[in-house]
Amino acid sequence: MTLHDSILSGDRRALARLITKIENDQPESRAALAALYPRGGRAQVIGVTGAPGTGKSTLVSEMAKAYRRAAKTVAIIAVDPTSPFTGGAILGDRIRMRDLSGDDGVFIRSMATRGSLGGLARATDEVVAVVDAAGFDVIMIETVGAGQSEVDIARLAHTTLVVEAPGLGDDVQAIKAGILEIADVLVLNKADLPGAEAATRALRGMLMLAHTQWDVPICETVAAEGKGVAEVIAAIDRHRNYLLQNDGMIQRERDRVRRQLENLARDLLYSRFIAAKRDEVDAAIEAVASRQRDPYSVVDELLK
Amino acid sequence: MTTSPIRVLVAKPGLDGHDRGAKVIARALRDAGMEVIYTGLRQTPEMIAEAALQEDVDVVGLSILSGAHNALVPKVMDLLKGKGLNDVRVFLGGIVPDEDIPPLKALGVADVFGPGTSTDVIVESIRKTIRK
Ligand code: B12
Ligand SMILES: Nc1nc2c(ncn2[C@@H]2O[C@H](COP(=O)(O)OP(=O)(O)OP(=O)(O)O)[C@@H](O)[C@H]2O)c(=O)[nH]1
Ligand SMILES: [Mg+2]
Repeated sequence: MTLHDSILSGDRRALARLITKIENDQPESRAALAALYPRGGRAQVIGVTGAPGTGKSTLVSEMAKAYRRAAKTVAIIAVDPTSPFTGGAILGDRIRMRDLSGDDGVFIRSMATRGSLGGLARATDEVVAVVDAAGFDVIMIETVGAGQSEVDIARLAHTTLVVEAPGLGDDVQAIKAGILEIADVLVLNKADLPGAEAATRALRGMLMLAHTQWDVPICETVAAEGKGVAEVIAAIDRHRNYLLQNDGMIQRERDRVRRQLENLARDLLYSRFIAAKRDEVDAAIEAVASRQRDPYSVVDELLK
Repeated sequence: MTTSPIRVLVAKPGLDGHDRGAKVIARALRDAGMEVIYTGLRQTPEMIAEAALQEDVDVVGLSILSGAHNALVPKVMDLLKGKGLNDVRVFLGGIVPDEDIPPLKALGVADVFGPGTSTDVIVESIRKTIRK
């Protein structure tokens, strides 16, 4: 049986192995991806982002439990940063997802960014496509806790949660510009801690200044105790319905695919170009580095 | 083909709360360029084997200082085999009396490291065993 047939028949080991091949950009992964892609498109894709330590993993774990109670299968992709110095990574999100183990309806995969910026790993899109084809009902993606506006996740997910917590320095300052552009649902986690009310008020103030068509809800949660999680899930469902009613879903999908095609085409053209013109490129580098030529006319010439 | 880092699951099975060694190892392996999935304390053998499958790791590293290795390690080995993870290599660290090491190795444990082992030695041993 091929790898993709095994995956479609529910073989989790095959799924895990294909994810590795995709991450390592092994040639076999392309054929499997091509075969699996048409089988996807059914999963609900939820992004979870926010500053380090705000409780993303804890919340994801609690949400997964809630989806399981509703008999939905759940895949979790948890991204952590690769060290730029050593290329290694410690992927620690599973620590908070202990309760989910032993459940066949949950699949958790940790991914390192491997040099990609923006809070996701380079291969996250592909991994989502494969997990989707494998038939999971809900896919949750936890980004790196970078605390900056994570645009990539908003492009990939149908609904993006931004998780905040009280006491991240000054409450207003903790809410960075740009986050409102990507949040479909704002979560104030650790609502049990002092300063929660002030933080919620600050968030509400920020939202009043924003003029978005979708009214971004704010949910207070205590993820560590499972409190407020049902409300988060209800808010996600409302957002999903909103997208479906306003052609937002298909529009998001078109935008995502456009960006994916651009990236794929760019990578492919560049690798073909380099393969065909390696010597000319080397010579051009010398000429430009020694200021005998300029980079603009050199590129023009190389692409003729 | 781009790089393929060695993926390692570092786990603490059983009720043993000594986690310094596991954290030291996790950091050392990261600094050696490996991707380390750290699962935290109180993992059952079932949790460890399932995480090894989902994460498609090359190595499972167990840290046991409680003395329960003779009960826990065989269970982990059995479950890994049961899931078809025959290629996954298992390393053990912690407090393991010398006389317990040969039977553990006979079960398929790749190597066992006690207190005071330099992390360079451990990194080298894993690299040599996996040889990617
Ligand atoms: C610090 C310590 C504690 C701390 C732990 C803090 C923590 N969060 O880790 C505290 C005070 C909490 C503690 C408590 C207890 N401890 Co204590 N503790 C120690 C001590 C002194 C050092 C352990 C340590 O951190 N070493 C530093 C790290 C870096 O070394 P390491 O873990 O050995 O790791 C190295 C290698 O073993 C190896 N390695 C380890 N893990 C892994 C994993 C992999 C994959 C690889 C490749 C290698 C590897 O590489 C590391 C680097 O060289 C040891 C004695 C000793 N000298 O080992 C006793 C010791 C482990 N404790 C012991 C005991 C009995 C206890 C208690 C039961 C005491 C009690 N009666 O309350 C409790 C139990 C706690 C619990 N819940 O499990 C005994 C265990 C006896 C046994 N196994 O037969 C020991 C051996 C002391 C003794 N001689 O009696 N302890
Ligand atoms: N007080 C309180 N603590 C919480 C709550 N939710 C999570 N925590 C704690 O916050 C810490 C961080 O939680 P994680 O879920 O690991 O946070 P994270 O955002 O995934 O962290 P990174 O992935 O490292 O960015 C842990 O110690 C949790 O137990 C909560 O609702 N209240
Ligand atoms: Mg996390």
